[in-house]
Amino acid sequence: MSDSPPPARRPVEDRPVRIVSARPSIGLRFKEIWESRELLSYFVITDIKIKYKASALGILWSMFAPAATLAIYWVVFGKILPNSVPNFALFLFAGLLIWNFFFGVIITSTSVVVDRAGIVKKVAFPREILALSTVGTSFVYFLIQCGVMVIFMLALWHPPAWGMLWLLPLSIFALAVFAGSLGILLSAINVYLRDTRHLIEVALQLWFFLTPIVYSFEHQISKKLHHVAVGNDHILNLTWLYFLNPVTPIVMTFQRVIYAQPTVRATSVPHVPYSVLPTWPTSTYLLLNLGVLAAGLVLFAIAITVFGRLEGNFAEEL
Amino acid sequence: MTAVVQVENISKRFRLYHERHRSVKDRIIHPGGGTYTDLQALDDVSFSIDAGQTVGILGRNGSGKSTLLKCICGVLKPNEGQILVRGTLAGLLELGAGFQPELSGRDNVYLSGSMLGFSRKDVDRLFDSIVEFSELEGFVDTQVKFYSSGMYVRLAFAVAVNVDPDVLVVDEVLAVGDERFQAKCMDRIRQFQLEGRTIMLVSHNADQVRSLCDRAIVLDHGRMIADGPSGDSVRIFREALSADSRSVDAEAPVNVSISIESVTTSTGRFAAHTNEAFGFEVALTSNESFDGFFVMELHTHDGTLVTRTDPTTAPVSLSPGHQRLAVSLPALPLLDGDYELSVGLLSGFGHSVAAWREQVATLEVSYDGRASGLVPLAPRVNLA
Ligand SMILES: Nc1ncnc2c1ncn2[C@@H]1O[C@H](COP(=O)(O)OP(=O)(O)OP(=O)(O)O)[C@@H](O)[C@H]1O
Ligand SMILES: [Mg+2]
Repeated sequence: MSDSPPPARRPVEDRPVRIVSARPSIGLRFKEIWESRELLSYFVITDIKIKYKASALGILWSMFAPAATLAIYWVVFGKILPNSVPNFALFLFAGLLIWNFFFGVIITSTSVVVDRAGIVKKVAFPREILALSTVGTSFVYFLIQCGVMVIFMLALWHPPAWGMLWLLPLSIFALAVFAGSLGILLSAINVYLRDTRHLIEVALQLWFFLTPIVYSFEHQISKKLHHVAVGNDHILNLTWLYFLNPVTPIVMTFQRVIYAQPTVRATSVPHVPYSVLPTWPTSTYLLLNLGVLAAGLVLFAIAITVFGRLEGNFAEEL
Repeated sequence: MTAVVQVENISKRFRLYHERHRSVKDRIIHPGGGTYTDLQALDDVSFSIDAGQTVGILGRNGSGKSTLLKCICGVLKPNEGQILVRGTLAGLLELGAGFQPELSGRDNVYLSGSMLGFSRKDVDRLFDSIVEFSELEGFVDTQVKFYSSGMYVRLAFAVAVNVDPDVLVVDEVLAVGDERFQAKCMDRIRQFQLEGRTIMLVSHNADQVRSLCDRAIVLDHGRMIADGPSGDSVRIFREALSADSRSVDAEAPVNVSISIESVTTSTGRFAAHTNEAFGFEVALTSNESFDGFFVMELHTHDGTLVTRTDPTTAPVSLSPGHQRLAVSLPALPLLDGDYELSVGLLSGFGHSVAAWREQVATLEVSYDGRASGLVPLAPRVNLA
């Protein structure tokens, strides 16, 4: 032993210190999430890779379900129950684009911590990243669907509302914040209550119909909400209630920009002009989107706090 | 010295549910919630590890070793207390580093690297040395779910030791690798020691702990019962085990309690000559008659096991009361040096320890010849 060299001194004095404690502060949590952004991108890439490898047609296959949904709704709400909206498929597409994104985030993030138990039990990293990665994955599919949409619009030679196009990135960002926050919350709850996912599926079905995707808010709902009769002579305006759904303003912004024609001529015989979309100025749309963003940010803070309380026991509950 | 791992009053409780209500439906049907008992897996454990130390964690099954390491890695959050870790920590917790089974070995290496805080470029640079160390060149693009458990551990260990960690934490995973790979891991661990890195390892092999670690911590039912030089800790651990096996082991005679009081020689000194006879006496008290075996161990100062005798060659029968055993070795085939002597009695088929005294004496062997090392060999050479 005497001939071995003396142990090298490895300088550690200035290495960063990590603290494991029962209740890390919220600031620390934000910092850790921010520092794990590269890991986030890895989760997204590997997620897509796994799905891509699992089926022969890969990414194309992932477009099958959205395409089938679009076709079904188009037949049911456009042909069987005719609704006199010209180019109804495009109207539908604009809304479904958003819905698919939202649905994808919520449904996959709910079970993401349970699904990735293997790494949650073995490696330390901010677990919120898992739910956030589903936002990234769904966003990739969203972009692909946007590509299909552009082709669709070119084929129909249907121009968007160019002047309002800049609203779309803001819109999708606001929705991503909201959906990601809700996803973080649900992913933690699902560890303790494993049937959360089933409840969420039911809730999302209802949510879908509370959002103006297969019908037009302006044409079919607006007036009814304006005059809700309570008792004999009480008339309430419940429009605000409808707009508590944060997906609605986002869907309507997309419809406004992509479908682009607030007022159209009915396809059925007396070709009367009517409004499919509200004729609000751009500023109203902007305000609605900012509202969703604000709600999303508040929910994010709540989600991180709740998640932090539940996260401590993940490794033992899985 | 700078503390690299500082564990401050850590407690961890697990809630063991007798009846678990894991769904909303169950919660509605049983609004009271499930019944549970709390299990104290770690109870107010504190210690601090300086840069460059190698620390072994000993303890019986379920004593909280893995729980402690998981808290240090940050996978589990303690209920009370906090842990400070300075620098990067690479951990191998019970079977593997948390790979994603559907991903290939290559993707998993990048993912693990990223979880340890490395950028893609860093991992690019390390990738070849990781694959080379794991010797899995032919399998890097195979999905990890098709790996054998040894291959899995190889890759996990290769990642952990090639990412230049300041602290390496290993939870008895090495046992899965084949012999050659285990030797390679041990070499790497020794190299880490020379480089001044900090290492924590859980092992059920007390000899390994003694030879590898300069310090060991013993856990028992979540409490730390020893923290000190590995020789001392191993002694406390073995004695706790032998105290326990009497009450737990079905094979052991239930009521027998034997205590080894002293180990002495006629001259009063534990001095011997190479290749000459040596003998000592063991004084002990048994409360019952006992049939079992005598066993002794010799260790060098740095913890290498020189010998553990075969118990079946040394049967013993004791009657109740105080008595002395005379132990004689006809020839001591050892070269000069100091050897730590441990003695014990095994019961039944020789598998459970009835009494144990760790390092009761230091045997000084003197030698007049010129050979060096541990054992004398006298080669005879002729022209063939
Ligand atoms: N997820 C969990 N939920 C409930 N109890 C747990 C959990 N993990 C560990 N325990 C309990 O905590 C105690 C300590 O477990 P731990 O895995 O730390 O033991 P150990 O010392 O590593 O044992 P071994 O030598 O078998 O690896 C055990 O009694 C075990 O039952
Ligand atoms: Mg263990």
